[in-house]
Amino acid sequence: MSDLEAFRANTRAWLDANCPPEMREPMKGEKDICWGGRHFTFQNEAQKRWMEVMAERGWTVPDWPKKYGGGGLSPAESKILKEEMASLGCRPPLTSFGISMLGPALLKYGNEAQKKKYLTEIARGEIRWCQGYSEPGAGSDLAGLATKAEDKGDHYLVNGQKVWTSYADQADWIFCLVRTSTESKHGGISFLLFDMESEGVSTKPILLISGYSPFCETFFDDVKVPKDQLVHEENKGWDVAKYLLGHEREMISEMGLGGGAGSSTLGTALGGVDDPYLKAEIAAFDVDALAFAAMSERFIDQLKAGEAHPALPSMMKYAGTELNKKRHELVMAGGGSNALEWDSERSRGGKAARDWLRTKANSIEGGTSEVQLGIVAKHILRLPGA
Amino acid sequence: MTLTDDQRMLADTVAPFMADEGAISKQLRHWRDIGCKDGFGHGLWKQLAELGLTGIIVPEAQGGAGLGQVEANLVLEEIGRNLTPSPFLTTAVAAVRALEGSAQADRWFPGIVAGDTVAALAIDEGPHHAPAAVALEAKRSGNGFSLSGAKQFVVHGASADVILVAARTAGSAGETDGITLFAVPKDAAGMTVENVALTDASKAARLTFDGCAVDADAVVGEVDGGWAPLSRALNAGRAGAAAELVGVAAGSAEMTFDYLKQRKQFGRLIGEFQALQHRAAHLYGEIEIARAAALKAAQLLDAGDTKAELMVAVAKAKAGKVARLSVQEGVQMHGGIGMTDEHDIGFYMKRQAVLDELFGSPRFHSAEVARLSGY
Repeated sequence: MSDLEAFRANTRAWLDANCPPEMREPMKGEKDICWGGRHFTFQNEAQKRWMEVMAERGWTVPDWPKKYGGGGLSPAESKILKEEMASLGCRPPLTSFGISMLGPALLKYGNEAQKKKYLTEIARGEIRWCQGYSEPGAGSDLAGLATKAEDKGDHYLVNGQKVWTSYADQADWIFCLVRTSTESKHGGISFLLFDMESEGVSTKPILLISGYSPFCETFFDDVKVPKDQLVHEENKGWDVAKYLLGHEREMISEMGLGGGAGSSTLGTALGGVDDPYLKAEIAAFDVDALAFAAMSERFIDQLKAGEAHPALPSMMKYAGTELNKKRHELVMAGGGSNALEWDSERSRGGKAARDWLRTKANSIEGGTSEVQLGIVAKHILRLPGA
Repeated sequence: MTLTDDQRMLADTVAPFMADEGAISKQLRHWRDIGCKDGFGHGLWKQLAELGLTGIIVPEAQGGAGLGQVEANLVLEEIGRNLTPSPFLTTAVAAVRALEGSAQADRWFPGIVAGDTVAALAIDEGPHHAPAAVALEAKRSGNGFSLSGAKQFVVHGASADVILVAARTAGSAGETDGITLFAVPKDAAGMTVENVALTDASKAARLTFDGCAVDADAVVGEVDGGWAPLSRALNAGRAGAAAELVGVAAGSAEMTFDYLKQRKQFGRLIGEFQALQHRAAHLYGEIEIARAAALKAAQLLDAGDTKAELMVAVAKAKAGKVARLSVQEGVQMHGGIGMTDEHDIGFYMKRQAVLDELFGSPRFHSAEVARLSGY
């Protein structure tokens, strides 16, 4: 048996012995996602135990170095772990912006003290992070941000407003882009980390067309941020932001498979389709979805091998989110008037309709589809003036 | 899903070869302009043999390279990119898969490996791909069989030394049981061959069988059990056609993206216009996705995975849709020049149309995805 085969066998045996049965049931909704953090209420004892036992092994972040709470696994081992978790139906033990976005940026740009403290906390699910990027006046023109951080010797004084901060009202800390210089648009941005309980921070939920409110407006009024919470160098935050955005787009494009297009087709998820026209549309969609699932697998492998073009996440984000929107259009079509019931029990509280409406943000958040296409045109196709 | 070093080396050898020896001016346009009866050059087929490509999936014990679908697809993507006319897909890929493991393999593989033999597949009897609908009748007669019926869209049929004919020995049209596959030599008595030029200047035959007598040993595999070798051939052919379509899409897109960087209108390079940039970026992404699907299908086929057939259907459908988008955007973005015979972009549109239908259209394969998924 090769080392990898042995790793697979051991991993499977360990997961089988340690993953509670409740954590092998498919997730029924948003509430089944384990976010961790100071304010998180676990659904049940199994959810808590599953997060802890995986964190203990470093497998909440399997490919991070062991000294920062990771599993120290090679890309091939990480892939095997993922495959074995999928085949046993194990839920992700922990989902967080710390894992998918801040962590990779800190691994690259953080100093040793920052890595040691924050990465370890993220890996154990102790701190829940939110992202302070977008501003009311900037939107997808991210670098147009105005939130100001003044140098006050040992600390920065932060004033301004962020918008679309996902789960800001439940987050413990924020990673935040601020303006430390007005001399150049991209060259005057810095990357700060701070506690959401700092004096002067307040949040307000934004109600969406889906009736959900994952997003907030976040206000900073004379917030003091110690200087050792600056990541990378002052005025060089744009490097960190760009790197992190790549990871955000990877994450969003993976989430684009939301309903699990990789494991089952939409036609089977709907339990069959009688209308021949709808069936044809759904089959055509399933071709696109299964092809995208192959691309996702290839994309991840290319990333791990260092072969992916740096702008490829933009292509994946664009394609994945457009596909997810199409999927939910078809789910609504398949559901007919049942799917239109907003609050009834049989519609599970209007789940299909609310999910459908939620997907409309997919091609707006994390940079609009038009912004992503512009990035591909410029950085991959090298079209003139793009 | 990254390529191995050996696969990368193969691609690095084949790409420049095909761009040079397989170029449109040297092959496709040349053979079309002189009215070649084959629609391809036997010289290139021989060159492919010298590179070891005609026997790429023939087992090593039978003189081939013993490689798989992934490797064959690397060759096919370059064939597609350069619109190189050759019997590679039908002979070296589909027919080899049909014949492998049978007594007929010993007879035909040496010629295929040497680049001397061309094989063709005679499956469809109507204008749309429907392999289970085989109705051509094969009746027992003396020591062999007597074939009666008709086939169409037999690619390279008039140039082929051997034609693999799907015939019905039992059951009725629509059933997969009761089909028998025959290896019929080109000079078989009672078979009439009408050589037809297709839109893309390639050639496909209409065949008529009028009590065509074949020996019992012409049967590939088992009598009534022809669906097995036929399925192997179709899976390989479909996966291969998907890769060739990815090549067609990529070749057309590369030509188009270059044009966007050169052509000036309204005092600006047209590639500066956002309306075109966004469509180009969308097209780029779709081609990458189609390529991933084709690679996944090939890997699953090589691994003998149970999901291979589903992924082959996905790949053929996706590559067909994407190649259609690419050639349509290609001609549109080239403007008037794209409508001229002098410019090569139109060749891509014609080739896409033929490859799209070969071994089943995106509609056929979407329906397959539904069927294989159980809805």
